[in-house]
Amino acid sequence: MAKPMHDTPMLDQLESGVWPSFVSGLKRLAKDNDMMVDLLGQLETSYETKKGYWKGGTVGVIGYGGGVIPRFTELKDENNKPKFPAAAEFHTLRIMPPPGMHYDTNTIREFCDIWEKFGSGLIAFHGQSGDIMFQGCTTDNVQPAFDALNQMGFDMGGAGPAVRTGMSCVGSARCEQSCYDEARAMRTCVNANLDDMHRPALPYKLKFKASGCPNDCMNSIQRADVSMIGTWRDDMKVDQAEVQAFVAKKGRKHVIDNVITRCPTQALSLNDDDTLAVDNPNCVRCMHCINVMTKALSPGDDRGVSILVGGKRTLKIGDLMGTVIIPFHKLESDEDFEWLEELSTEILEFFAENALEHERTGEMIERIGLTNFLEGLGLEIDPNMINQPRTNPYIRTDGWDDEAAKWKERQAAQ
Amino acid sequence: MAEAPRMPDETGVPEIEPYLHPVLKKNYGNWKWHDRPRPGVLHHVAHSGDEVWTVRAGTQRQMDVYTIRKLMDIADDFAEGYVRFTIRSNIEFMVSEESKVQPLIDKLLAEGFPVGGTGNSVSMISHTQGWLHCDIPATDASGAVKALMDELHEEFIREEMPNRVRLTTSCCQINCGGQGDIAINIQHTKPPKINHDQVGNVCERPSVVARCPVAAIRPAVVNGKPTLEVDERKCICCGACFPPCPPMQINDPEHSKFAIWVGGKNSNARSKPTFHKLVAAGIPNNPPRWPEVSAIVKNILRVYKEDAKDYERIGEWAERIGWPRFFEKTGLPFTKYHIDNWRGSRANLNASAHIRF
Repeated sequence: MAKPMHDTPMLDQLESGVWPSFVSGLKRLAKDNDMMVDLLGQLETSYETKKGYWKGGTVGVIGYGGGVIPRFTELKDENNKPKFPAAAEFHTLRIMPPPGMHYDTNTIREFCDIWEKFGSGLIAFHGQSGDIMFQGCTTDNVQPAFDALNQMGFDMGGAGPAVRTGMSCVGSARCEQSCYDEARAMRTCVNANLDDMHRPALPYKLKFKASGCPNDCMNSIQRADVSMIGTWRDDMKVDQAEVQAFVAKKGRKHVIDNVITRCPTQALSLNDDDTLAVDNPNCVRCMHCINVMTKALSPGDDRGVSILVGGKRTLKIGDLMGTVIIPFHKLESDEDFEWLEELSTEILEFFAENALEHERTGEMIERIGLTNFLEGLGLEIDPNMINQPRTNPYIRTDGWDDEAAKWKERQAAQ
Repeated sequence: MAEAPRMPDETGVPEIEPYLHPVLKKNYGNWKWHDRPRPGVLHHVAHSGDEVWTVRAGTQRQMDVYTIRKLMDIADDFAEGYVRFTIRSNIEFMVSEESKVQPLIDKLLAEGFPVGGTGNSVSMISHTQGWLHCDIPATDASGAVKALMDELHEEFIREEMPNRVRLTTSCCQINCGGQGDIAINIQHTKPPKINHDQVGNVCERPSVVARCPVAAIRPAVVNGKPTLEVDERKCICCGACFPPCPPMQINDPEHSKFAIWVGGKNSNARSKPTFHKLVAAGIPNNPPRWPEVSAIVKNILRVYKEDAKDYERIGEWAERIGWPRFFEKTGLPFTKYHIDNWRGSRANLNASAHIRF
């Protein structure tokens, strides 16, 4: 039995309604957990005053410099004592999940047992950066909780100016649209750079995310510094009998309105016999028709990845989408993944050396220009990297002949 | 001699294999097609002929161990001992026999977990934490999300929207919730209130000065103490100074408002990915159920559902009908604050004679 509950009239109003209530969960934990009793007291206070009461600090585990999010209460009485002492320390451990967030039930049950023993019993599946968030731990219990989770085979995630926990979609595990092994790609990038995850010393955060196709279910283009998006080079696959079956079932008008005319580059046409004509060189691999006709259409066989760099949200210069630095690369053989690993470390090193403090890769590239970034990494330019050529004359072009010769040489070599 | 401390096993991201459902493991990279037999259920077929059914259910994201164990009991008793979570905190149960689908759904519903979130539904809101755990929140995203999902439940369990709808919520302007078809984010409206007694001790002043997007912060001395001051004519109230310098309090119980943004899209399907755009601001931060936020979101969704063509995401719909019509149809006021004046803003102005009447 825990200490008596505080009155929580505001939070109680979040127990009604059909959606599962986190408040009911907190209250269930509070029946035999003083930390949760006082956590509810502080949270209710926030609901009343519309103020937050946590401050950060320095809490960690031996051997690592990051991954714990320290929280100390600032809600004090007139004697500077915490008003809710059992929740005066409420730290979070960020733990990296298996790729694709797959679990067997025993693993999650073991998480519950560990967190019931050392923490509050509250776990978020998952935080916005893709970690399992073990929320609510005293400073003293951070180390034993981490040791127990680490001995299960799980490692600390990233926080602060560091490589952050990666994310990869369900992909190859259960999706026919997957164009590469997303789990392996994400593990390759993160695990090659663990030192910069666990000992934060970068200018700012660096995120890797992997989506198996241009639907980008991991939202990597705007949430990752290094966004890996699956694609294919050859013709997309069309099962014409299934196309005809789809047209027969849905009707021509439906197919024309929802598939043919929705193609962003007018690369589709419905033939008189209800088969599909595809202008593959003008297909931009947007995925729409494949999403609609899942049985008839699928990505081609020559699959690989496009890599975009620089996605981020607002601070400091405004939102940035990632932009293409690798239009296509195969990701099949061990050599392909070695190439990816090397690219990930080169991007990290260039970022570490050239970004200003608190600058993300996208801001760094905006400041120095994409061509300087590509030259620094030794990557060749490609017209797939731009929406359109420059519209201003403010560029010194006295190296034109050499650059044109390089392009012709590359074209001839292909 | 004290015992040497345990050093971490720096193992990084675990292997995926031990955590995969056996049918997923066996057919890894060899799936052929899928369909959706009903809302909340996915059916995948492998080249081998193997099939797997996935039942998706909504959760409250931050869960107590009792709820989690209940979900694991359901996974063991009604599914096959494996689960996964989506990026929007939905839980997925995989089964290799179709006959297990309905009993699994029945059990989830009986235990209070809504089944849905697939296809053209309004899925669970991707959101940040808020007052429960964050050190800089102006609100409680978890509570606002709970209140809103209570009202959007019918759209979660159905697939009746023109296309998928992905919502996000964030407790400050850093917007950890990310881009969304509709994003519900805090928007501060007043410059930070500075506790000059603390700044010199707590903040690394040059890095706080460097953090400001509009160079409105400068070093100062107040009452003989080194501190920082803000040029309030330049300040855009973004709150960037608050995380590195907590004595520059940006959160204001009255003046930190909600703003609503529409048209964010991460997918490349049809149109290129887009950022969400501001459509409404000045909405009160009104716990515990934030009714003003829910009303505006539901209204936008209602108009979108009535007016958009099949497969148009909210941003694509607004682009087709034009922003004058968007404001007309939703009844939202158009103000000077909607006209971009940040860097690159001319790209958001109408440099054409394409006018709608």
